[in-house]
Order: sequence, then structure tokens, then C-alpha cells
Amino acid sequence: MEKQVRYLDEVTIRFAGDSGDGMQLSGSQFSDTSASTGNDVNTFPDYPSEIRAPEGTLYGVSAYQVHFGSKLVKTPGDKIDVLIAMNAASLKVNLPNLKKNGIIIANTSGFSDKYLKLAKYESNPLEDGSLKDYDLHVIDINSIVEKELAGSGLTPKNIDRTKNIFALGIAYWLFNMPLDYTQKWIEKKFSKKPEVRDANLKVLKLGWEYAENSPDFKYRYRISSAKLEPGTYRNITGNEAVALGMVVAARKAKLPLFLGSYPITPATEILHHISGYKQYGIKHLQAEDEIAGICSAIGAAYGGALGLTTTSGPGLSLKVEAIGMAVMLELPLVIVDVQRAGPSTGMPTKTEQADLFIALFGRHGEAPVPVIAAITASDCFQMAFEAARIALKYMTPVILLTDGYLGQSSEPWRIPKLSELPDISPTFYTEPDYQPYKRDPETLARLWALPGTKGLEHRIGGLEKEDITGLVSHDPLNHQKMVELRAQKVERVIQDVPDVELWGDEDAELLLIGWGSTYGAIKTAFDKLRNEGVKLAYIHLKYLNPLPKNLGGFIHKFPKVLVPENNLGQLKFVLQGKYLKELMGLHKIQGQTFRAYEIEAKIKEVLNI
Amino acid sequence: METLIDNIISKSDITFEKYTPKDFKSGIDVRWCAGCGGYSILSQVQRILPELNIPREKFVFISGIGCSSRFPYYMNVYGFHSIHGRALAVASGLKIARPDLSVWIATGDGDCMSIGGNHFIHMLRRNLDIKVLMFNNEVYSLTKGQASPTSHEGQITKSSPLGVLDTPFNPAALALGSSASFVARTFDRDTKHMQLMFERAAKHRGSAFVEIYTNCVIYNDKAFDFFTTVDTRKEKTVLLEHGKPLIFGTNNDKGIRLDGFTPQVVSLTDSTWSVNDLLVHNEKDSTLAFILANMTYNESLPRPMGVFQDIERPTYEEKVEYQIQREIELKGEGDIEKLMRGFEYWEIS
Ligand code: SF4
Repeated sequence: MEKQVRYLDEVTIRFAGDSGDGMQLSGSQFSDTSASTGNDVNTFPDYPSEIRAPEGTLYGVSAYQVHFGSKLVKTPGDKIDVLIAMNAASLKVNLPNLKKNGIIIANTSGFSDKYLKLAKYESNPLEDGSLKDYDLHVIDINSIVEKELAGSGLTPKNIDRTKNIFALGIAYWLFNMPLDYTQKWIEKKFSKKPEVRDANLKVLKLGWEYAENSPDFKYRYRISSAKLEPGTYRNITGNEAVALGMVVAARKAKLPLFLGSYPITPATEILHHISGYKQYGIKHLQAEDEIAGICSAIGAAYGGALGLTTTSGPGLSLKVEAIGMAVMLELPLVIVDVQRAGPSTGMPTKTEQADLFIALFGRHGEAPVPVIAAITASDCFQMAFEAARIALKYMTPVILLTDGYLGQSSEPWRIPKLSELPDISPTFYTEPDYQPYKRDPETLARLWALPGTKGLEHRIGGLEKEDITGLVSHDPLNHQKMVELRAQKVERVIQDVPDVELWGDEDAELLLIGWGSTYGAIKTAFDKLRNEGVKLAYIHLKYLNPLPKNLGGFIHKFPKVLVPENNLGQLKFVLQGKYLKELMGLHKIQGQTFRAYEIEAKIKEVLNI
Repeated sequence: METLIDNIISKSDITFEKYTPKDFKSGIDVRWCAGCGGYSILSQVQRILPELNIPREKFVFISGIGCSSRFPYYMNVYGFHSIHGRALAVASGLKIARPDLSVWIATGDGDCMSIGGNHFIHMLRRNLDIKVLMFNNEVYSLTKGQASPTSHEGQITKSSPLGVLDTPFNPAALALGSSASFVARTFDRDTKHMQLMFERAAKHRGSAFVEIYTNCVIYNDKAFDFFTTVDTRKEKTVLLEHGKPLIFGTNNDKGIRLDGFTPQVVSLTDSTWSVNDLLVHNEKDSTLAFILANMTYNESLPRPMGVFQDIERPTYEEKVEYQIQREIELKGEGDIEKLMRGFEYWEIS
């Protein structure tokens, strides 16, 4: 039957169901397909901390959101256009974020009395008229796939597992997307289980055909390709981008990479990725605890490897003493903190930016380290590379802050060529006149000699060092000198910190300053308001210690400065202390990153518009 | 993949010199108290290293915190004085990254078994080729005399003025329980035996744990006298030697016999038992090693000294290398640009 085609710039679709319903898979397949057709894409998976939370419950809802469009999309989307709800609980949890007139695709078997009760519905929302403001499509997916796969040899459980693929087929139809990416994926994934493979291929097409033939679906949507810089692209999550950034950094440093890590949500995927890179000669240790994770990385760095440890907040707390040791030893080391909502165990799968203080200050004694932050999923690659570069050049531990949102979310990434990236290889000292704490005059980095170098046997350790010789020293003036030297060395990193770029209007009343993962939401709000004629200025920071040279000038130039953060104002506190000016904050600590409209509302409030 | 450190890894293998113990002295004044058991351990280590046919620059000594952990400063090799309890974790990363190095740990009972206990058990089970010399003085000495995890029940220390309440660790049994491939015990007074144990540890491929009863003259003086002095030694210790029966006593007149799984002291002079009835030590027998380790705090039995267990199994770092090599054989040396492209990529022009 004839369908009407509508053209859109951008769409947010959310696949939601039980944690066992395969929503993460449908979502990631949809996002990859969408990106491969040339859309810009930004995604975010959202799942409960429990691996298999009780079926049908409100807290067991798992979802995957994909925001895609013909223009650059910087967030996973504020409000949902299309909600795929596999059961009553997933509808209830997500409905508040659905746009008016938004599309709901609901699977009726997830709305039986049992599921309605679990979702705490008094009556069935699919039938009681409460969804009249939405474009509701009610489909009994379970019966359709059961009928189609009867006699396929699949168990009822395996048949039930194909319903997310059916929903994916409908979504592909709805947005005019090709099936082949997912078809290839199914063929590869189930190559050893032909009956499962065939069932999934069949059901994918079935979903597509169902929508095509159903009079209930009157419209299809088309989103044209986004204008991205020419190059080779792929979709990437922040965690994978960190893993690749480190692999590439090690290659460009001509050093072997060593990862010491302990599993922790939401950083574990970095360990998963790197542990699979054996064919690249990469070594890792899944350590017995967080402390061994960092200490083994320090040991490897001492032996001349590029040392890496990856963690999240609770793990960073445990690594603090060892970071201090790396400061004292002046060995290069990269520490990646994929921040999550704290304190304590907090909300492990939820994002937050509240580890800035511990990254900057969380050590005993005077122990400064460079701290940098990635701003998007794909930027995690660049910043991981940058962390390694700074660590090697200045012989210092470097903390890279990402967060649960960046780690899990994905977006298209223009893959750089190895030749585009700088050589960051260090120099190992081999001359007999070696002095372990003699420094490079420009960077103040100490000279690095590796065990195994004949004639350069020397001792280093956590006790205070005598300047130049590195011998143990308790001399009062020497201690002051060494404390100052270590601090000056980290200050010298400023030579490698690019000036910040000021976006927007020099004569604006309000300057926005963000850092890390809030970039997408702030930039979206900023662009929108400027399009509407509001004068605004915006700076987004990636270097948090040392701060860019030209930042202070901008802070003093604008009458008002607003610092939105997913914490209670940690960057604001740092900037106020350093630049002695009172700033405004916007603090969201809900385990979620900002939505653009929240930033927009705050800007309007500040500017009285 | 070629790296900058390949040169350093391979280079010194071909330049080997003949050393003397002096070559292993750093020249820094040793700052242990006069009479500390540490001196003897240091000398024996310096005595055996020249015999190992390993270039000096390949040795790395890593320590944690405590009196024992000053050890690396006194050695003219690469040294790393790390933080409390973490020597084994640092060493694990170093050994995995640099299997060419001979990595040694100087640690104490508090450093190794209390704050560092987790790293201890895990390093041993992984069987990294690292030599652990644990100076056991049954007290915290650098912090001035508190109870340690090997202090005995009832021991009076500054932190246990009314006596220690805890049951002490039995380090050899703990090491065996952690799947250590080499476990030995010696004591500071017996220089020859120490040398032998250090040499055995050095030659063992895999984790080697040597517990050394070390006298702390200040905070736990004479703690081991009841079995380590020339007068008490013969009656109160028994030497474990592979393939030999367990005989002890001033006149070699006693032995250890197994009654079921229970060791018992028997006299060789009252004609009930002969040497043929005695337990014969077998370093390859893990069950036996546990039985022997469990003799440790049994006052009716002599304390075993020597190698409890010495078994061969692949080292962790070998397995790491093997996995890498096998992956390269199966898939070819990794192409990083391909890795970056991932499963699905597309061109935008
Ligand atoms: S306090 Fe005890 S262990 Fe420490 S150096 Fe003195 S005697 Fe040796």
C-alpha cells in the first residue's frame, strides 16, 4: 500500500524493554546502520546495575537511545520521537520523555495483566485511551514470531528472543534504512547456529514487511546524510576510543603497551578491548585489586612500557597512594577514570563529573598531576593519545577523565591515519654519566634509564630524592626544592596546552564554561539560542591542569560566567580560586548528563529572557 | 612489533662478566641496627648473585616499606623502593613487561603478609618468575614494635600490651595454599643454609618464596633462639632435603615418621623404629609439603627448614608471551589501522 514519506532533520529513537529483551543489541544495530548511511549519530545505552533484574519490573527496564540526523548531533537527544516499548514497565518509565504526538510501538504480550501489575498500571494504557496524544502502534510481536517460527526447531525461549529483531525490522522500515548491515552481523554472529541465524534473518525481514503491509503505518521518514568532513568513518564508544587511543599512542611512542586493571563499571570495556589485542603485542594484567592494577602499570613503566591503568571513582580512590608514588618516581603513567555517580558505590551505571577534585587534589603531600578530559566519545581517542604524550614528555602520571556517559555512548569517528599523528617516542638514557634526577631544562622531565642498561644501575623509590642524584635525602631545603620542581614541571605542561577557543559573541553578557562530557548539551543549547539571536559566548575545557593560558582573560572579560557541571560546582570552585571572580553554576547530579533544554532554561533565567 | 626497548632487552645478554660480591655492594652505609639479622641476609645475597651467570644490570630488587625494605639501597643493581605492601604488585607488572630481568623482592612479615597479603597470594598463584625474600621477625620494627601477622598469640608488643589475640599466619602454609611453586625456609644465623636456599630460589623458574627467620634485636630480640642457636638448633629444627629421611637431634638420633597423615617424632635408638621407617622428603609432593608446613607451630615437633616444595609449572609471563605469539601465528601481526577501522566503516567524500 502507498505510504507517505516525511522528511526530517533529526530523530531520537529509544528501544526499551526488559534487561533480557535484547534492547542494547537492537539499539546498537540501529545506530551502526544509521551511521553507515551517512547520518551523524549519538547514542546512549541505559541499563540497570543488576545483570538480570526481575522481569517486567520498573527498575529492570533497559533502554538504548539513538539520536541521528542530517546535521551534526551532539547529544543522544533530549526528547524521544519514537519509543519502542516491549513491555508495560518500559512504557511507563520512558513515556515522560516522549514528545507529544511521538510514535509508540508497543508489544501487546508485554502488557498482559501480570506485566501491567508489575509496572503498577491500574488499567491497560494501550486500551484505556490514555495514549491518545501519541501515534500508537500496538503489535502482538510474540504471536507473530511464534507463528512464523513454529516448526523451525527453535525452543520457545529462543523464539521469544527474536522479538527485538522484529522491532528492529520495523524501525528500519520506518526510517527507510537498509537491512544489510544487520543481516551481515546476524550471519557472522550465529554462523555456528544455522537455525538461530535463519530465524533471526527471517524475523528481521518480517518486521520490515509487517510495517510495509500494515495499514496502521501510514508514514515513513527520510533523513538525509549529514555533512561530515571527508574521510573514513566508523561508530565508536568512548571506552573503545580510549583503548584504541592508547594502542596508537604506544605505537607512536615505539613502546610496548601494558594495562594493569581491575574490573569496574563503567570502565571495564576498556579492559575487555585491550585484553583482546594480543596480536598487537599488547600485554595486560587483570590484577587482584585496583591497587595492583596501578602498581603493576608503574612496574611496567619502570621497565620501559607505556603504563596504563583504567578505573572508575571507587578505584581511583584506591589508587591514590600509588599515584603519589608515580609523582615521586617521576615515571610516565596514564590513569583513566571513567567517572560514575558517587560517593561510595553510588550509582555504578550512571554518569557524573564529580571526580574532578580527587583527580586534581586527591593525594597526600604536594603531588600535582596533569589532568585532562575528553568531551565526546570519539574525542576519547584523541585525549588518550594526548595523556600518553604528556606523560612521556614530562615523565609524570596523567589523569584522563571521561565518564559513564562518554564511555558508553557512541558516535561516528573519523579514523585518523597513523601518519597524521605525531611521533611521541621518549629517549632512554644510556650514557655512563647518568643521574636519575637530572632534568631536561625545557620540560623539567628527569632522565629515564631502564633496568637492563649496563652500568646505569641506580635506585629510585618513594622516599624524598636528592636533587639530581636521586639519593635518599631528608634535607629540609632539598625537600622544598624538590616539591617546587615537581610542581613547576607540571606547570610547564602548559607549553603543550593549546589556548582555548572562544565561540560566539565577544560582546555577549554571558560566557558559558563547560568541561568534559557536557559539551554536547551545552553546545546544542548555545547554538539554538544564538540562532534565535541571543548573544552568547562559550568555552569548553579539555585541559584542567594546567588550565589554558588565555582562560583568565576571558573569564574577566565577560560580565557573567555560568559553569554547568554534573557535580556541585567543582570546576567553578577551581576557577573562582584561581581567577578570583565569582561565577555562577548549574549543577545536575542525577546520574544523567544535561539535556540541552535544561541548559537553555538556565541561560534564559540568567539573561532574563 | 619493534620497540625502543628491544635493544635494551637483548643487548646485555651477550655481555657477561665475572663478578665478585663486592660488585653488588652499592657503597651506601647500611643503616640497620647492629646485630640485625638483615646484615647476614644482605651478605648472603651478595655472595650468591655473582654465581648465577646473570649480567648485573639485569637484576632488579624491589621492596615495600619496613626495615627489610631498605635492602635495594644497599645493592648495586637496579632498585625500586616502593610503597607499603606493593612491591609484589610493582614487580608483577615489571616482570610481565620485561621477562628478561631477574626480579627480586625484599620484604617483611608485615609488608608481605598484612598490607601486601593480597598481592602475595595472587603473585604466587600466577607463578611469575619473581624471588621473594621475606624477612620474618614476627614484629613491625620500622614503626617501632607493633604486632605483625606472624606474631604469636600472647606476644607482648607496643600495640598488644596484654598479648596478641590473633592466630599467626604460617607463611609456608599460606604460600603453599596460594599454589606457590617454590617454598623454602631458612634463618639468619645459618649463612650456608641461607646461601643454599637463595641459590635454589634463584634457579627455580617461577615464583620462589623464601621465609627467613630474622632477628630484630630491638623489638623482638631472641624470638627464634629457642630453635636457632647452636645449642637448640639440632633438637628443635629438622632439615628438609630432597630424597632424604627426616633425621634430627644432637646425635642424629631422632626422626620424623608419618602416622597416617600426622608427623610424629620417633627415637632411632630404642630399636622400635629405624631410618627406614622415617618420612623421606620429596619436594615434588604437594600433599607432603602441606604436612611439613603444618609442623611449624607444633611445639612437640622440630621446625622444618629447607625447601618444602619445588615444582615446575609454566610461568605467567611465559604464558603471556605464548598467547601473543599464538595470536600472531593465527591472525598475523596486528595491523593497527585495521584495528582502528573495526568491524564496519565507511567513506565520506
Ligand atoms: S629495628 Fe629490628 S629489624 Fe629494624 S633494623 Fe633494627 S634490628 Fe633490624
